[in-house]
Amino acid sequence: MQNLKWPYENEFGQEEIVTSEILVLGGGLAGCYAAIAAARRGKSVVLVEKGATERSGSAGSGFDHWESACTNPCSQVSAQEIAEAYVNEQDGYSNGIGHYIECQEGYDRLLDMESFGGKIRDTEDEFAGAEFRDDETKLMFAYDYQNKFTLRVWGSTFKPALYKELLRLGVKVYDRTEATALMVEETNGRRRGIGATGMNVRTGKFLIFRAKETILAMSRPARIWLFHPDLVGLCEFRPMQSIGSGHAMGYRAGVAFTMMEKSVKAEFSSAGRSFPPYGTGNNHNTWYAATMVDARGVEIPYVNRDGVELKTVSERYYPAPGQKFFLKGGVIDNPKYEYRGPETLDFAELMRRGYQLPFYADLSRMPEMERKVIWGVMVGEEGKTKIPILKNYTERGFDPTQHMLQSYGNGWQSADFLPQERQLFGAPGGIITDWDLKTNIDGIYAAGDQLYASDCCGYACATGYYAGRKAAKAAEDVEYGEIDRAFCDAEKARLYHPMEVENGMDWRELNMAISKAMQNYCGGVKCRDLLNQGLELLEQYEREAVPQVGASNPHELMRAHEVFDILTVAKLILQACLLRESSSEPLCFSRSDFPEMDPPKDDCFITIRLDASGQVVRGTVPKGYFGDLKEEYEKRNADYVDGDARYRRG
Amino acid sequence: MEKELYASVIPCSARPLVFDSEKCVGCNRCVNICQVDILLPNPEKGKTPIVAYPGECYYCGSCVMVCRQEGAIRLQHPLMNQARFVPVKRPSAEA
Repeated sequence: MQNLKWPYENEFGQEEIVTSEILVLGGGLAGCYAAIAAARRGKSVVLVEKGATERSGSAGSGFDHWESACTNPCSQVSAQEIAEAYVNEQDGYSNGIGHYIECQEGYDRLLDMESFGGKIRDTEDEFAGAEFRDDETKLMFAYDYQNKFTLRVWGSTFKPALYKELLRLGVKVYDRTEATALMVEETNGRRRGIGATGMNVRTGKFLIFRAKETILAMSRPARIWLFHPDLVGLCEFRPMQSIGSGHAMGYRAGVAFTMMEKSVKAEFSSAGRSFPPYGTGNNHNTWYAATMVDARGVEIPYVNRDGVELKTVSERYYPAPGQKFFLKGGVIDNPKYEYRGPETLDFAELMRRGYQLPFYADLSRMPEMERKVIWGVMVGEEGKTKIPILKNYTERGFDPTQHMLQSYGNGWQSADFLPQERQLFGAPGGIITDWDLKTNIDGIYAAGDQLYASDCCGYACATGYYAGRKAAKAAEDVEYGEIDRAFCDAEKARLYHPMEVENGMDWRELNMAISKAMQNYCGGVKCRDLLNQGLELLEQYEREAVPQVGASNPHELMRAHEVFDILTVAKLILQACLLRESSSEPLCFSRSDFPEMDPPKDDCFITIRLDASGQVVRGTVPKGYFGDLKEEYEKRNADYVDGDARYRRG
Repeated sequence: MEKELYASVIPCSARPLVFDSEKCVGCNRCVNICQVDILLPNPEKGKTPIVAYPGECYYCGSCVMVCRQEGAIRLQHPLMNQARFVPVKRPSAEA
């Protein structure tokens, strides 16, 4: 171990007050679009990002699919059809508002992206004549080639383009700055968000962001059940520092959440069982619909929803006879019959028929265009594939015309986890809002992964932009709040405390303890006593372990703050689990003391928030509370339909 | 705060980033693009950055993408995560 003098300035104790009409917390896709929408409407905007906005967020280095772009010129489906399908697919436990916005406005955000310099179509005619390409618009489609509502895009070009646009519009970007707490004032019993506090994670400077409207656009929680102290960066699917601080600060401030009792058996953790996402042989998502073979080289059949074996590669991309469209993508695991698309034969059936492990993806047997679009565009543009997969595997000698890539785990996933190893995956819980994407607290909005049941990048971009324009409108009628000095001083003291601890506990030790506690007390099967004991243990950690955590520079301090937020979110999850006194299949929620599955009394969203005294408040919201999606949307967005195009460039 | 700030390289079991000091010009573009902030600029100007927190690497490759010196940074997955591939195989007659 080598001791280095800290290379950045020491600004501990220094303070800066920053004022803007709109404050955006989080510089991923949702946050960038929120800032752009507000800046286009002439508002002063500050964006706060813990990393570097140019590449930050879950899609920082890329993404390959833009789902539900129902208004693109080739689409054969309506926004209403697809949004309603998403809601039905999740048995009503889905965010109709967010999905409708995604389906209706997503394509507009893609056109924005193109005007900023992002690549959304095959301008070089590399795939001219391909079945998945529309030769007139040069747009390229994935999954359902008949209905053409999911686009293949060059997502690695997106974040740098967005960042440039933010600067061009005069958005003040505070990179390397963590948001730490929401500032809320109370007048006549009504709470209102008036900004947030933050800390520079390289210098330690304390920041106070005053704003008329604040938009939460940070990540969903992670590292709750899954933690690996050695390879922390690989223990979850999303970026290492995206751990749900936005949820933690929202919860502390009284923001309402729903579906936080939902968690699924883990799907990815390449610090342990999994391999790098999209880096093994499989036929899902980025790799849909790759040809799969068994150990002998025998091809594994694809079947449609009726079990009819498909003869050609092309047939894998079309609905079954009598089916209008099918759903595939981020949150679609085992779709209902109505929405089920072509899939390889069920794993158990393959075993019965004598297929031999291991399986492989064999792109060499696919038509050239299909092979080239999977290995070269999809693998290359998706998430973390350009360098770690496409470039590195190529350097290791992988040639998709000559090699097949191994598949791991039980079936198609690259791992198989234990029931207590859980994750917030597949349309998890989050913040519940009204049709303006406003939370239960005036002046605080939410977008992207902070909303419950979020799924993909299109969802993040569309809801971000929408929240930004609603917040910009609301800002016209409000004044700035008064900074509460005592609150800021207490927050500063909380943030700085680990710097004063000598020989303190490493943040990893606390994270490890929380994750182990969650596996023990909030695993596959839950019950009241177990959940309560888990809460007791976490509260003990809060009292006894948190004050012992030490840090020797702003980077380590940031990591410590993250774990404190993980602790808050873990408590939120345990408390939410206590509030649902039944079991639920769509929520992947099992209670041994209330085994009845989805009884009518609990056939609703259960919400959770803290009141001013810190007590948990349970609420219920009926399924379908968002009403008829098209009608309710149009009622509130006539100005958008008629007027947003004037902001567009190019 | 008067306290002197320091950083220690926190080693881990993997080596996510390997710099070629012959090719790296120490421009620190990688240091400033990394959303996880695992790199620190070298105290000596123009020298290779220091991988201070390798265990925190998220293996996204943004550092490689932003680098203007081809081959100056190599990103590599831990050995256990290097997926296997084999030459394509056509089934024999009996299979």
